[in-house]
Amino acid sequence: MRFSQAWIVARHDMALIRRRRGLIAGLIAYPLGVGLGFPALVAYIVATSPAAGLGSYLPGLINAFGFWFVIGAASVPTSIAAYSIVGEKVEKSLEPLLATPTTDGEVLFGKALTAFVPTMIAVAGGSVLFMFLVDLVTRGPLGYLYYPNATIAVELLLLAPLASLVAIEASVIISARVADVRSAQQYAGVIFLPLIVLYVAGETGLSLGAYNQLIIAGIFALVVLVLYVVSLKTFHRDEILTRWK
Amino acid sequence: MSMIHAENLTKQFGSVTAVDRVTLDVQEGEVFGFLGPNGAGKTTTVRMLSSLISKSSGRATVAGCEIGNPADELKLRRQIGLLPENVGLYEGNTAAENLTYFGELQGVEATALRANIERLLRMMDLWEKRDALIGTFSKGMKQKVAIARALVHDPILVFLDEPTANLDPEASKTVRETLLELKKERRTIFLNTHNLDEVQRICDRVGILRTQLLTTGTPDSLRFGMSGHRTAVRLAHLSDAIVAAVRARLAPNPVEVSGDQLLVGVQDPTRDNPAIVTAVVAAGGQIVSLTQLSPTLEDVYLKLVHEEAPAA
Ligand SMILES: Nc1ncnc2c1ncn2[C@@H]1O[C@H](COP(=O)(O)OP(=O)(O)OP(=O)(O)O)[C@@H](O)[C@H]1O
Ligand SMILES: [Mg+2]
Repeated sequence: MRFSQAWIVARHDMALIRRRRGLIAGLIAYPLGVGLGFPALVAYIVATSPAAGLGSYLPGLINAFGFWFVIGAASVPTSIAAYSIVGEKVEKSLEPLLATPTTDGEVLFGKALTAFVPTMIAVAGGSVLFMFLVDLVTRGPLGYLYYPNATIAVELLLLAPLASLVAIEASVIISARVADVRSAQQYAGVIFLPLIVLYVAGETGLSLGAYNQLIIAGIFALVVLVLYVVSLKTFHRDEILTRWK
Repeated sequence: MSMIHAENLTKQFGSVTAVDRVTLDVQEGEVFGFLGPNGAGKTTTVRMLSSLISKSSGRATVAGCEIGNPADELKLRRQIGLLPENVGLYEGNTAAENLTYFGELQGVEATALRANIERLLRMMDLWEKRDALIGTFSKGMKQKVAIARALVHDPILVFLDEPTANLDPEASKTVRETLLELKKERRTIFLNTHNLDEVQRICDRVGILRTQLLTTGTPDSLRFGMSGHRTAVRLAHLSDAIVAAVRARLAPNPVEVSGDQLLVGVQDPTRDNPAIVTAVVAAGGQIVSLTQLSPTLEDVYLKLVHEEAPAA
């Protein structure tokens, strides 16, 4: 596996992505939505609730909001990954691509980077905004700086990248089996569900603190490995050229 | 050394045998035309030889690399260029961007790549259009860009799967001239095509495939090797006596009269033509002209493809 070769693929595909308004819109709307929307909500709650109780329930609420970076990291890359694979299918460009001295793994890795890099940039941008604004509005009522903390660190450095990888791998596997970007996105949306379940669990009792998140990260890592094997099998030149529809 | 050497190369898709025990050699610098009806296995053969899909059995070396050997694959793909059956260009990118991408994947150094792209696009008459999106190109223009893409890294061996399909006569001519140019540069060309005229004009050798390789040879050797030659003899005066004399001399070959001409079926022109002349002259006839009507490549092709039953 030569990173340089995969990077040529990724650079090319990212340039294609840049020309798709819908994909760019998702990449911008998500960090702005989470980074501005939730702090605004927190500000509203701080402004309208009695100051006494805030210290007890505000942290839990903010943690739940922070989890949206994990959910976003899993949803944003699906359409990019689906587009960069189904797009090649539609244009029938995989055959000439695979005829170059690039291994299947390098092409696959390039496609994964195409979805992963912009997603992580969006997560980073959105989370910096989120943490800064949350600190700004909660510093007074809480009396201390809520961010950065261990929970968000695990979320941003472990859970979000892993969730993103799971989503990308699943998109690759799904993209091999569908003929257009839209259906790929629809199926890939399923990955979203377990995260929403986690989120709801977090809202209704399960602590989404650093410790539990580490356990979740371990599970994600396992899924990443399993899907990696499956996606390599799916993204095999013989399969691509003779079975993919 | 053979540029391509295949031995019993076979590809099965489930229970369907797409290519059956193909054994062939293509020499360095040769233009090899690969003919065969739809579904004959031409594309499948090219895909195996360019290490795009695996073979089911048999073996082949291409440009000194063994196909199916993972250690040789990248080296093989650096040396070959491929024009696939579907051009597969990125419609949302410009012509220059498409070529740059493939040049980079082939590891062509940036300055050399720019020079190559300019040379190729100029050759294809598309230099002015280099910054136009492929989506705005006609089929023929796309085909030309895809051919340029196959050449962007100066491959020593080029596989072209129906390069002139979809092209107007002028564009086909450009492509043929390009191929002849490549031939001058001693590059080897493996050409899948349905265009027999093209084969006759540019191929050194041809192979006719129908799942199995039916025959290989130079276009002329195939034409002359086939039975069904006819000799047309134009006479000053055609009489029944002359016809009878020729019939007697050349029996059992068929002899027909067509206007002032005799049409004589011959097996071996070098033996039969002098016999025809002798018979006509002996019967008092005067020969104005004698023309050898040899089967065209099309005759050879149609006969082989329709008549030859696949061997068990
Ligand atoms: N991916 C595949 N799965 C199953 N069968 C296939 C596949 N690809 C090709 N075939 C079969 O293999 C045979 C040869 O096909 P191929 O495309 O190589 O023919 P071809 O000579 O290139 O035809 P054409 O002149 O139409 O391009 C056909 O019977 C085809 O149906
Ligand atoms: Mg074909």
